[in-house]
Amino acid sequence: MATMVMNRVLRHESILGVLLVAALFVLSAQSEHFWTADNLLNQGRLMAEVGLIALPMTFVIVTGGIDLSVGSIFGLSAILLGVFWQNMGMPLPVAMLAAILVGAVAGLGNGFIITRFKVPPLIATLATLALYRGLAEGISQARSVRGYPEWFFQLGQGEVLGVPTQLWLLIVCFAIAAFILGMTTFGRTTYAIGSNEVAARFSGLKVDRAKLLIYGASGLISGLAAVIFVSRVSTTRSDMGTGYELDVITAVVLGGTSIFGGRGTIIGTGLGLILMQALKNGLALSGVKGDGTIVVIGAVLIAAILVGNLLSRDGD
Amino acid sequence: MTAETMTRPIPIRRWKSVFEAYGQEIVILGVIVLLCIGVWLYNPRFLGANNFLSIFHSNAYIAIAAIGMSLVIISGNIDVSVGSLIGVLGTIAGTMAVNGYPIIFCWLVPILIGMAINAGVGFLVAYVKIPSIVVTLGMLSILKGGLISVTGGAWISNLPPAFMIAQFRLFGIPSSVYFMVVLTVLAALWMKYSVFGRTVYAIGGNPEAARVSGIRIQPSIVGVFTIHGMFAGIAAVLFATQLQVIQSTVPPNLELTVITASVVGGVSILGGTGTVIGSTLAAILFAAIGSSLVFLNVSAYWLRAVQGLMILATVLADMARRRRI
Repeated sequence: MATMVMNRVLRHESILGVLLVAALFVLSAQSEHFWTADNLLNQGRLMAEVGLIALPMTFVIVTGGIDLSVGSIFGLSAILLGVFWQNMGMPLPVAMLAAILVGAVAGLGNGFIITRFKVPPLIATLATLALYRGLAEGISQARSVRGYPEWFFQLGQGEVLGVPTQLWLLIVCFAIAAFILGMTTFGRTTYAIGSNEVAARFSGLKVDRAKLLIYGASGLISGLAAVIFVSRVSTTRSDMGTGYELDVITAVVLGGTSIFGGRGTIIGTGLGLILMQALKNGLALSGVKGDGTIVVIGAVLIAAILVGNLLSRDGD
Repeated sequence: MTAETMTRPIPIRRWKSVFEAYGQEIVILGVIVLLCIGVWLYNPRFLGANNFLSIFHSNAYIAIAAIGMSLVIISGNIDVSVGSLIGVLGTIAGTMAVNGYPIIFCWLVPILIGMAINAGVGFLVAYVKIPSIVVTLGMLSILKGGLISVTGGAWISNLPPAFMIAQFRLFGIPSSVYFMVVLTVLAALWMKYSVFGRTVYAIGGNPEAARVSGIRIQPSIVGVFTIHGMFAGIAAVLFATQLQVIQSTVPPNLELTVITASVVGGVSILGGTGTVIGSTLAAILFAAIGSSLVFLNVSAYWLRAVQGLMILATVLADMARRRRI
């Protein structure tokens, strides 16, 4: 049984690997600019925010849930970073921590509504998608915050050893997430909840606590990604992160995590993420504008699940 | 519960059971009345005939879209792409009208396209077994991105007057209000008394029980989404014709407003219960709240937070009520 599951997971990831190699091949043939260190590192910088949020989202979807509010938490944390620093006079490092903390609290709020009141995650996070974005809009009144000090931009625009700072952060978080999901009791609990929540409960697993932590982490990382994003673009607006949930969920699902829960890996999410970013970059290089790109992302999301469903039906 | 016991007329003297059947609708009506009185005391112009008609006129299309959304949610699914669909269909209607197609086609073709698109969505949900949230999340970005790439968000103006169906007036009341009332009543009766309506409730309430009772679930789901597409099409035509120009982008936040109307109107998020009368009342309530923020001098930027709180409060109340039973 375990080996069968393992085989299936590996099969999806190897398909994805082949797809990725093919995509990279096509892209480098199409544009000589693609396969340059500058472009590749820059793509790494661009995908850091979505990549970070995709890590806890993998956990969320493996439990059979979904978190639609990540983009709104992102916006709320970004706005509050500006408000804490400029309007409330906090030192910037404190404001950064506070903004990330707000993300964590918002995520825990989701987890609380989902575990305590048994509201389906889809509806709970759809409601908080409106609520958190509404708070961001209400607090900011559509004013933007700029004029951050120079050192702050090191996080989003700087480099360490020639690699963008946030890419290091993404790699570290990636390793931690892969370790937790793949090798710890908590990871096994996550899979157990997604495979059969009732059975997990009766086996004495602390289902509610695990879910609370996972949704909390989702909020926390969304807050962290927001701080990085503000540092990258040097300004704060309340509509930041709108539609991020689509990118994040697409990356996770493309990486082979089952939308029905119980199946998925962090490695897969990483591959899905890189494939998606390569696709975006390739489209941009061949002259497709941002709005055309989201058409492709939407189609890829549906196609990924379509193919996954057809494959798994053959396997059964 | 069989169709026979559901459709039995309720004796008038049993007020309690009336309240049980239409509790949510009565509560919303009460909140609307209280809100109107409250805001009227603060600023009497709120209840002026002009403001009141304009609340109905400019939000009728939301209530109509919410009818279709209610069907989808009652069947146990969701659609987050309806806002983008309305944007696309409205733009198609306007573009056809400007290019001189016969007016009747400008009204009917978008409705048919809406039905075709959503029939495809229903097919993916019912037969390919992709969860509706994923299909419609993908559709949202396909429709939205496609619309903006094609039109660049340009304004469509110089619309022929004969095209402006939402502005036709009868007894001084714009036609959009009639559409809202008539469609709500028809849909409510149809959901309550038709075989299809009962089927939708049965599928949402307990799909497994519906299946063993001999209901063919898959075609019914495709049917639900197709009808939802029809209401989205009607909503799009009213949306496109209520002002003198159409901005060919997706109305911001529209899908959430439509879902809010359905959920707050008493359509249970777990499927199986709710009425379209409730969703129309909730759409009116939400529009009235939006309007009253202006009259109370509260910044409109808080509107979305109010929306989120309303969904959350209704959903929590629904869950609490279910646990008591």
